[in-house]
Amino acid sequence: MTGGQAIPPIEAAATEEEEADWGALSSLPGNPLMWILILSELMVFGAFLLGVCGVRVMDPALFAASQAQLDRAHGGLNTMVLVTSGFLAALATRAAAENRGPRCRLFLGLASALGLVFLGVKAVEYAAKAAEGIGLETNTFFTLYYLITGFHALHVVLGLVILAVCARRSSLETVETGTAFWHMVDLIWVLVYPILYLIR
Amino acid sequence: MTYSSQRVALYYFGGALVLFFVQVLVGVLAGAVYVMPNLLSETVPFNVIRMIHTNALIVWLLMGFMGATYYLLPEETETELHSPRLAILQFWLFFVAALVAVVGYLFGIHEGREFLEQPIYIKVGIVVVSLMFLYNCTLTLLKGRKTAVANVLMLGLWFVAIFFLFSFYNPGNLSLDKMYWWWVVHLWVEGVWELIMASILAYLMIKLTGVDREVVEKWLYVIVGLSLFTGILGTGHHYYWIGTPGYWKWIGSVFSTMEVVPFFAMVIFTFYMVWKGGRKHPNKAALLWSLGCAVIAFFGGGVWGFMHTLAPVNYYTHGTQVTAAHGHLAFYGAYVMLNVAMMTYAMPGLLKREVYNQTLNMWGFWLTTGGMCFMTFTLTFAGVVQTHLQRVMGMNYMEVQDQIALFFWYRLGSGVAVLLGVTLIIYSLAIPGREGGRVSTPQGAPNPAE
Repeated sequence: MTGGQAIPPIEAAATEEEEADWGALSSLPGNPLMWILILSELMVFGAFLLGVCGVRVMDPALFAASQAQLDRAHGGLNTMVLVTSGFLAALATRAAAENRGPRCRLFLGLASALGLVFLGVKAVEYAAKAAEGIGLETNTFFTLYYLITGFHALHVVLGLVILAVCARRSSLETVETGTAFWHMVDLIWVLVYPILYLIR
Repeated sequence: MTYSSQRVALYYFGGALVLFFVQVLVGVLAGAVYVMPNLLSETVPFNVIRMIHTNALIVWLLMGFMGATYYLLPEETETELHSPRLAILQFWLFFVAALVAVVGYLFGIHEGREFLEQPIYIKVGIVVVSLMFLYNCTLTLLKGRKTAVANVLMLGLWFVAIFFLFSFYNPGNLSLDKMYWWWVVHLWVEGVWELIMASILAYLMIKLTGVDREVVEKWLYVIVGLSLFTGILGTGHHYYWIGTPGYWKWIGSVFSTMEVVPFFAMVIFTFYMVWKGGRKHPNKAALLWSLGCAVIAFFGGGVWGFMHTLAPVNYYTHGTQVTAAHGHLAFYGAYVMLNVAMMTYAMPGLLKREVYNQTLNMWGFWLTTGGMCFMTFTLTFAGVVQTHLQRVMGMNYMEVQDQIALFFWYRLGSGVAVLLGVTLIIYSLAIPGREGGRVSTPQGAPNPAE
């Protein structure tokens, strides 16, 4: 629970002219509100992934048959693309910390370019599914597949917008906040890929 | 009370209390019809009684929000209201429209779309009233200091008005009709009303506990963010069985489960502020209502909501007395208690009196809250039995009603307790206190906590 973690120590509460204290969130890089969003996102995607596990337990045969229709190579490619993009975003943060604006923008641009590659691969994957006549309503597995990967892809789109904002005003605070979101998008994919595509 | 234009709030609080009493009185009548089904069946049928009960509730809550806004906006923006006269005119227009609607209902004039039964000319009147209100408040905000409390409150109020516009769209297809109907009903109470709730609670915490504004604002942003993050897609929990695509079962279940989080955050927020502030404000009753609001909203909205929000559970419980239990405690905790908290805080200042009748007001709190909790428990038990007999065993609806009649008698009893409690609250708010109820520190003195 986010609320519980935001309770500051008693000494801080005693001072009259205190800054807004974010408790445990204060020690994290970037804006604490971003971390509350990240925790909320993890809860939502976590709940959806629990749903996937539930479907698997309830109907193993349907799950296995549907999972076999997914393209693991495309998923694997996208994992490498996104992890590399996350690495570039981390380099951008380091450049921002060293006050090297142009270098920071270069790495943010490269990270965004790989984000676009991810969306391109995703589009190819969706198109292939559509060609096979597989859609959102095909069965419970594919409902969850589309909801989870679709929500995730929307977060990639939002992440690209956020990275663009970071490139415009590349203060360390902004870049840390923006790349924290980008790393979350990365982290969620790294959880989604094995659970949906790989684990048999 | 620091600004003279704050006094217009008195009209709204007065009107709200009148409708509050009507709402609860008619509620008791509806509870009586449950156990004596032919009561008034020819003159005022049950559907009309229910309509008055629900409509009066919504109108007085909105009236209370408007009063609260007119009261706190001058203090937050540090400027007088743009036009107190317009605010008074707006009140009378709103109040008369509400009365006309109720009289119309008694004669069977309504559009029969649950909660949005108002005839079209009343709906237009509501829009006009909203525009007057938003014009007045927005201009006040624009010329004054912009605080997070004022900004979030105004954002919430604007969206209340914007989402009401969907009540004018009434497609012939029943699925589409319901889909857009929830854009008003759900996105109000589980979306933008929560912005209003969080900002008014934040204002009360600043005033009552003396905690720094920066700290309160931090919580406000977190709560508002969580409300919108969970509440908007949480609409999906109404889309399970109305003909919308099946994926809504997943979206609705996941996001509406998370809707408990902002309510829990509000509990932590209010109790933590009180613990941290440690300032003894003389208006103990206002503090009691504020804390009670957060707690009962968490149970009524959060816990009782979660109880039947997952699609596989809701498949069985949909539209049973479980829903009624949730609806009653959620509205009471989140919005009734919020309004009473604000009135308890503001009325002594508005009436230029010392904080009075604390004991009576607090008795009202415990009697009403106790009655509402008991009502919620009886309806929950009734709902569980009903779900099992009707949805699992397959008994027919009317047979099941006979089986749960005992619970309806209990509910009527708790309704009478609530009526008594509400009478105490209204009396203690509106009628001057006796000497014994007075405390020495005047609340009227400006005591900003920044």
